[in-house]
Amino acid sequence: MSSQIFRDGESDRAFRASWLFSRAAIYGALILWAVICLFPIYWTITTSFKAAPDVMRGNLVPWVDFAPKWLGLRSLGLSPDTIFAESTVRAEFLKRFWNSTIVALSSSALAVVLGSCAAYGLSRFSYRFGFMRNSDISFFFLSQLILPPVVLALPFLVLYKELALLDTRIGLILLYTLTVLPIVIWIMRDQFASIPTELEEAALVDGLSIWGAFVSIILPIALPGMVAAFILSLVLTWNEYFFAALLTSTNAKTLPVMVASQTGSQGISWWSMAALSTAAILPLILVGILLERFIIRGMAAGAVK
Amino acid sequence: MSGGDHLHVVTGDAIGDRRRAFGLWLVRGAGALVALVAAVQALDAAGVVGLGLGNWRPTLYAWVAFCICLCWGQVILHGEQGKRSLFVLPAALFVVSIVIFPLIFALGIAFSNWNLSSPDGRQFNGLDNLRQMWGDPFYWNALRNMVFYTLAIAVEYAIAFGLALLLNAQIRARKFFRVVFLLPLMLSPVAVSWMIGKSMLEARFGPMARFARWLGWENPSFFGTPEIARATIMVMDAWTYIPLMMIMILAGLQAIPRELNEAAEVDGASAWRRFWEITFPLMLPVSITAILIRIIFKLKLADIIINVTAGGPGGATDSVTSFIFREYRDRSNVGYGTLLAIFYLVLIVVAMTVLIKLAERWMRPRY
Repeated sequence: MSSQIFRDGESDRAFRASWLFSRAAIYGALILWAVICLFPIYWTITTSFKAAPDVMRGNLVPWVDFAPKWLGLRSLGLSPDTIFAESTVRAEFLKRFWNSTIVALSSSALAVVLGSCAAYGLSRFSYRFGFMRNSDISFFFLSQLILPPVVLALPFLVLYKELALLDTRIGLILLYTLTVLPIVIWIMRDQFASIPTELEEAALVDGLSIWGAFVSIILPIALPGMVAAFILSLVLTWNEYFFAALLTSTNAKTLPVMVASQTGSQGISWWSMAALSTAAILPLILVGILLERFIIRGMAAGAVK
Repeated sequence: MSGGDHLHVVTGDAIGDRRRAFGLWLVRGAGALVALVAAVQALDAAGVVGLGLGNWRPTLYAWVAFCICLCWGQVILHGEQGKRSLFVLPAALFVVSIVIFPLIFALGIAFSNWNLSSPDGRQFNGLDNLRQMWGDPFYWNALRNMVFYTLAIAVEYAIAFGLALLLNAQIRARKFFRVVFLLPLMLSPVAVSWMIGKSMLEARFGPMARFARWLGWENPSFFGTPEIARATIMVMDAWTYIPLMMIMILAGLQAIPRELNEAAEVDGASAWRRFWEITFPLMLPVSITAILIRIIFKLKLADIIINVTAGGPGGATDSVTSFIFREYRDRSNVGYGTLLAIFYLVLIVVAMTVLIKLAERWMRPRY
């Protein structure tokens, strides 16, 4: 006869049950939201491999429900059997993709350069331009964030027409730089404020000029912040649609505009739209997975004082 | 900005008279060049002199040259001080030339009747556009929609806070969940509007329609009635932007010292009370920042609407931006569209100023 002598008290057992319950609730909620986040992406990627009947029947799992085919990639001229053949669609697609890449990369780079310098200046020196002090200048930069794109869109349409910048990549780059500049300045100001000024003082005593100290001492320390600002800008500029739709037509059209125009013109051929959407989202998904740390750092900057 | 911890550098600059004269001459000369080129171009455009310049590029180049000379002139005229202002000057000049000029230009366009497709060109028509706006039910409808869309932020905030709390709890695979939760923010709104709006919500065989039928909704249509269509747009926009608020709130949560919660736990406070009496009040400043930023992004909402519903049914889902976009696309009406945009800007600036002032009052500690 063996009987248990020591038992958990009534309150401890209740605690264990409630702990288990809270664990289950937390993981349940996490998994539910993960599904909500991932399902559209999964749906898009798999749909690009589905034939029409598979879409109609709502088949979801490849190889189990339906046999994946290269339909989506073939419609872009990128499937294994078409990749070496001539394809006008592929040329068009690659051109748009290239436009998007160039515009996003160069406007983000320009914004980071301009914004870092401005943020550094604002965090270190007292300026006085006319009536404007440092806080006014900061406000002047950050207030651009409030400006809705629609206010600039139509004047720019007319202005760019006069300047022959309509439908050029340079025109888009300038505008995109403007839209992300306040965000960069916000992140970088936070970044520079956390670097002690003693570092530059020491460098200046050692004979560096102020720009020399900035470039060789401060920039390397602030690099993670700059990467964060750059990636956030990249996300915003890669995805930008509104200005691109208004200001570009044939030469400088970007990928989002191409995706949007496909939905309108030729009805919906599911696989090709899915392949196009996949191409539009995949680069940033990769960036998100690989550089998540920087994105979070960038967005958290300024939120927490 | 804190004024105390600025970098102090003492430098002796000996700027001679000739150097000063050169600097002044440089800046003034470049300024005169811009004025000259602009004047010649204006004459050319008016047809007084026939140079046959196709566009205003020369003026643009002159302006760029002036900006460079101005920056250079700062260094020549002010030495070390000038080098310091060189940090801010390029960005400031950039913003001024890209925002301020077009805004002034926009004011001119806003009060004129200018249809890009008509050959008459621009005609000043005073307050006609304003009068037209006053009687335009679709514009007011779009403004009212913006209020609804903005109010939806309250729900988004609650969800984002919940998710941030989940991510901040003791969980495994935290990094995995963080990456996954972040992903929707990375997706292009245009792609999202196809992925979700056009394919998943397709009424016949989209997976969401199937799911809705399984739940017992006979004829699921996500864009049929104005209310449902608006709600669907809100959900899609929320899906993309919840991570933005979530990350900010998560950063705030991680900055709260653990001792506070532990002390309250020792004192016997329940999890519910700990949240409302410690976490939530401490998170108030972060929350307000997150919400303000979210409002700013929400006010630009357009891409999804343009691509999914094009404002339909009957303008029920229109945001101001998408309405103006169609005003231009369908009617090429630049003058009227610009006036609508400027009116919207004024509304936004007033509303945001009031909000920021209120936020400052709330954020001030009360005891």
